[in-house]
Parts: sequence; C-alpha cells; structure tokens
Amino acid sequence: MQHSGPLHEDENFMSQLQDCANQLVEKLQSDNYDEASELIHQLVEARNNHIFKSVGQLTRALHNAIMNFHVDANLDADPPNINNSEIRDASDRLHYVIEMTQAAADKTMDKVEAVAPIAMNLGLESANLKDEWQKLRRREMTKEEFKALYERIDDFLEQMGDGTAVLNTNLQEIILEQGYQDLTGQVLKKVIGLISDVEKELVNLMRIAGQVEEVTGLASASKTPVTENTNKRDSAAEGPQIHADKRADVVSGQDEVDDLLSSLGF
Amino acid sequence: MKILIVDDFSTMRRIIKNLLRDLGFTNTHEADDGSTALPMLKSGDFDFLVTDWNMPGMSGIDLLKEVRADGKLASLPVLMVTAEAKRDQIIEAAQAGVNGYVVKPFTAQVLKEKIDKIFERVEG
Repeated sequence: MQHSGPLHEDENFMSQLQDCANQLVEKLQSDNYDEASELIHQLVEARNNHIFKSVGQLTRALHNAIMNFHVDANLDADPPNINNSEIRDASDRLHYVIEMTQAAADKTMDKVEAVAPIAMNLGLESANLKDEWQKLRRREMTKEEFKALYERIDDFLEQMGDGTAVLNTNLQEIILEQGYQDLTGQVLKKVIGLISDVEKELVNLMRIAGQVEEVTGLASASKTPVTENTNKRDSAAEGPQIHADKRADVVSGQDEVDDLLSSLGF
Repeated sequence: MKILIVDDFSTMRRIIKNLLRDLGFTNTHEADDGSTALPMLKSGDFDFLVTDWNMPGMSGIDLLKEVRADGKLASLPVLMVTAEAKRDQIIEAAQAGVNGYVVKPFTAQVLKEKIDKIFERVEG
C-alpha cells in the first residue's frame, strides 16, 4: 500500500486549484470572460480527474483486500455467492474448536464416570474391613469370623490392585486429553490474526474513502459520530464476560450475584 | 424429585446432571432450549427446573417468563445457571421470578447451596 502517492497528488491538486482560482479572479476583474470560462472548464476537468483517480485507488484497494482474504465468490449472483474465503475458513476453524472442546469434555467425563464407582467401592470396602480389623485387635472375633476376614482381605487386596491400575490408566488418559487446549489454542490464534488483518484492511479502505469524500466535497464520515446501538435489549444474551472485573455493569463472581439478589430481597 | 436441565451445550447438561446425582437427585431429564423444554414441563409433572439463559430458539429468560405465566407451572422452582453476568440481567431474572441465580463457571458447593436454599424456602 502506497501512502505517499495519493497525498502527493492531493497537494498537486490543491495547488492547481489555488492557481486556477487566482487566475480566474484576475480574468474576471479584467472582464476577460472567454479565458475565464476556459479556466472554469479546466477546474472541472482537474476535479473530475482527481475523483476518477481516487475512486480508482479505492477500487484497487478493495480488490486487493478481497484478494488478500482469498475470497472466491460469484459476484454476478444476487446476493453474491461466496464459495470460499478466509472468513469462511475461520468459521470452519471455530466450529472445529467447539467440536474439539466438546469431545475432550465428553471423554474426560467418560473416564471419570468409569472409575468413580471403583474408587467408591474401594472406599466402602476399606471402611468395612477397618471395622472388622478393630474387632480383631480387640480380640472380639470368633474363629469363623476371622476366617471370613482372612478371605475378604485377600479379595480386597486383589480389587485394590486391579482398581488402582484402572484408576491410573484413566487419570493418565484424562491428562492426555487436555492436549485439546494446545490444538484449539493454535486455531484460535490463527483466527485472531485474521480478525486483526481484516481490521487493518478496513481502516485502510476507510482512509482512501475519506480522501474521495474530501475531493468530492461530501461530508466526511468521521464527522458523523458512531452511535452505539442503544436499543439493544438488556435481556439479550452476551455469553461469558471476558473483562468482568473492568465493567461496572457486570458482576465478577457468585458473591456479587448473591449480594445483588439479597439487596432485592432474596 | 423430577428435575429438568435445560442447556444448549450437552457438556454443561452432563456436568449439572453429575452434580445433581452426587446430591442425591437421580431423576433428571434434559432439553436443549426453551422451546423443547416448555412442552416437556407442561406435560411432565417436573418438581424443579435448572436452565441456562443463552440458548438458540427460546432463551432461558423467556422460558422463565412462560413458566411464570402458565397457571399450572407458575410455582415451579427455577434455578438459572448461566454465564450471563450483567447486573441488569440478574435484576431482570429476579423480577421475572427466578428462585436462584448461579453464574458460570460455578463449583459443586455453590450449586448445592443454591438448591438447598430454594428447597428450604419452598418447603418452609
């Protein structure tokens, strides 16, 4: 993108305008109407040329921006039919993030649900055995009860070995499953990069469009303030707050929710 | 106790379902937005509704309003579990007659507290 070119042309155009205007005043004062109208004609021509050039630049920049984002679109269709673009690609990537995080959450919960009963049963059995063991230590146990305890301890040790093996395997798998953070993080970074590129291209287009507006004498867009959409319903969902601690209209945790509700009589 | 869990993310429904099971509530059913939840509520003698706010189709706040406007469901206890954290939204939910409001991410402890509190008040 050339930044000096258009500005330089602008200066040329301005000085041309001033020269013409001065000469025009002179000619008019000396009642030289033929030459004066010739000057007016030149003025209009210069202005038109400048507008054509600026519009040309704007069109080229727009074209470049579209090429940069690899938009493959059928512009003859109405509305234009977009076959492929980096934005479309970014949407696919974000869908992939949703799918991956969902799969990771599901797998993690599967693993936990599979071993939770094992941990619970081992806990229950060890509590039972502890009671029996205390009975044995207090020498309150009959020979038959001791025989039963003897076998139960055998079983328990076996269960313990098998159970902890499964627990370990599942815990390891849960850790491995956290790899989704790395993968989704990379995808998200790419999308963030694309968004900042789009922003840069938009700012550039606005800059060039501003120059066109200046020469044509149209009102500059910057003079019309960007109005925020104040009609937005309060109840419109926003999703998770990213900067809750920096916003006064947002609570930053359950404690603040509770405070707010109790102030309302809850 | 028959409970309906409404959330568009199956992961979140599953988390809430697991937490409720730990608290001793095993009769749980699921819906993925307000418009599928409402007919279930109308036909299904539920005792408790846990709903998200932000869902496609009918949102949780609209579901809450529908529930309060329905003669048969008007007194159903409703707990909102949501990432929506604007003060105005919490006030709106309170005014619409929510019984409890939990912001995500939440802990098992917080969910238990809110549920206990709701039933204390309903029974008391």
